[in-house]
Amino acid sequence: MKPLDYVQNPRPNGNGPIISVSGLTKAYASGFQALKGIDLEIRRGEIFALLGPNGAGKTTLISIICGIVNPSTGTILADGHDIVRDYRAARSIIGLVPQELNTDAFETVWDTVKFSRGLFGCKANPAHLERVLRDLSLWEKRDSKIMTLSGGMKRRVMIAKALSHEPRILFLDEPTAGVDVELRRDMWGMVQRLRESGVTIILTTHYIEEAEEMADRIGVIRKGEIILVEDKNVLMEKLGKKQLTLHLQNPLAAVPAGLSGYNLQLSGDGQELVYTFDAKSEQTGIADLLRRLGENGIDFTDLQTSQSSLEEIFVNLVSERT
Amino acid sequence: MNIYAIKAIYKFEMARAWRTLMQSIASPVLSTSLYFIVFGSAIGSRMANVDGVSYGAFIVPGLIMLSILTESISNASFGIYFPKYTGTIYELLSAPISAFETVIGYVGAAASKSMILGAIILVTARLFVDFSIAHPVWMVAFLILTSITFSLFGFIIGIWADSFQKLQVVPLMIVTPLAFLGGSFYSINMLPPFWQTIALFNPVVYLVSGFRWSFYGVADVGVGLSLSMTLLFMLLCLAAVWWIFRTGWKIKT
Repeated sequence: MKPLDYVQNPRPNGNGPIISVSGLTKAYASGFQALKGIDLEIRRGEIFALLGPNGAGKTTLISIICGIVNPSTGTILADGHDIVRDYRAARSIIGLVPQELNTDAFETVWDTVKFSRGLFGCKANPAHLERVLRDLSLWEKRDSKIMTLSGGMKRRVMIAKALSHEPRILFLDEPTAGVDVELRRDMWGMVQRLRESGVTIILTTHYIEEAEEMADRIGVIRKGEIILVEDKNVLMEKLGKKQLTLHLQNPLAAVPAGLSGYNLQLSGDGQELVYTFDAKSEQTGIADLLRRLGENGIDFTDLQTSQSSLEEIFVNLVSERT
Repeated sequence: MNIYAIKAIYKFEMARAWRTLMQSIASPVLSTSLYFIVFGSAIGSRMANVDGVSYGAFIVPGLIMLSILTESISNASFGIYFPKYTGTIYELLSAPISAFETVIGYVGAAASKSMILGAIILVTARLFVDFSIAHPVWMVAFLILTSITFSLFGFIIGIWADSFQKLQVVPLMIVTPLAFLGGSFYSINMLPPFWQTIALFNPVVYLVSGFRWSFYGVADVGVGLSLSMTLLFMLLCLAAVWWIFRTGWKIKT
């Protein structure tokens, strides 16, 4: 796919992380400790997915980095700029698409993106805004008032606003919550194209499949703490369990006693025998199992293996720590 | 200085007024015209001159002040309250813009609207009564000062308010009484001595008095005092705004 040509070339400020969060805590006035000592580094040009259950602190973390919420303690650097002391430089390279559809209902699409660009200190650039709107299929709607748009279109408007000032870091807070499948696919495509243009993308999501589909790295946040940061593929490999499903010639009533040493389960009315094994272990035991099946006179017509999804990994991880 | 941001906010706010032309311009002009018809022409024709000025002309500065006060507050408070209400304030908070620039944008737009409105009412008033302006430069100075001061005050109310009711309550319950009791329709010298003393605690008295002086050269209180009190009120509002942004009161947790 063609990279988006309207995004500024990243001007790397060294090769360090584009965002580094250290010792970040946040206690709200109510006493609620939303974040408890977050240390996190986001690499230049990656897609980072922040996963976590509701109330884990995802939005608080993003809001602090973007300047909407004050941190209690800790420091955050965005491309080397302290987000508090050097807020102008930090904020001008960040774009934020918040979770809620907060729009100026009475404004037109064009006016609202123009406003956003100005607010972020950029000189008017109708050509850039046109490209953004076209890329988000909003160009035809540029003169429509936002209140006349559908929910999905409003979401695109929010993204267009966030891209109006050519940010190098884009935060997407639950970008596809309440969005239909087609728009979700579109958005995933757009995120990939932005990444190819050099934009670093941090997204939070409930949809594990979203992280699985898009992210380079995954962070899991739970009760205000980052409990894991890992390369997606490594994570899936490391924590992934594999299953071998054998479709039997003749159904079984129970797992034969001779095979009790294996982690086996019968399913599909005894038609299927499922063997769960650790994908990363050197001895998966598959060869042995198949030999033993033969010895026990159990024939099968077909077989397949499957890897556990990130969702299963995630559920395991979050429940393990509770 | 993020000039583009100031311009963006200013234009946005001015565009809002244009979109809601009926509320922003037509309705204050209509209500002021009604005042002129009732107080200026109907009742005024039977009233004696006040401080040597015909009653119809006497109320012109007061009526302009009344409109400027209420419109500055309503425009500025709504301008900043609405993004809080709709949630679009996230963008303002995440933008590379200082508190000072934010205030220039919002308060500048609200004050501009008030000044335009003041000019329109002045012209409208001319259709009903005959008057002259003795000190045009001071007239403009008072107009600008008052517009800015009360737009700042409105901005504070907009930040403080967390419901539409609260947004209405200060203009309705505090500002309107202060404006009516501030000598818009009469000279405070017409009040009994006790109430004259009380009136001196009303900041609007100084605004109206100073403004009226710029028209007719007569005033309830000295023009220097009027100017000082207006500046003092402006400084108080500025201090409050400075404190709001320093602490993030009501806008940032």
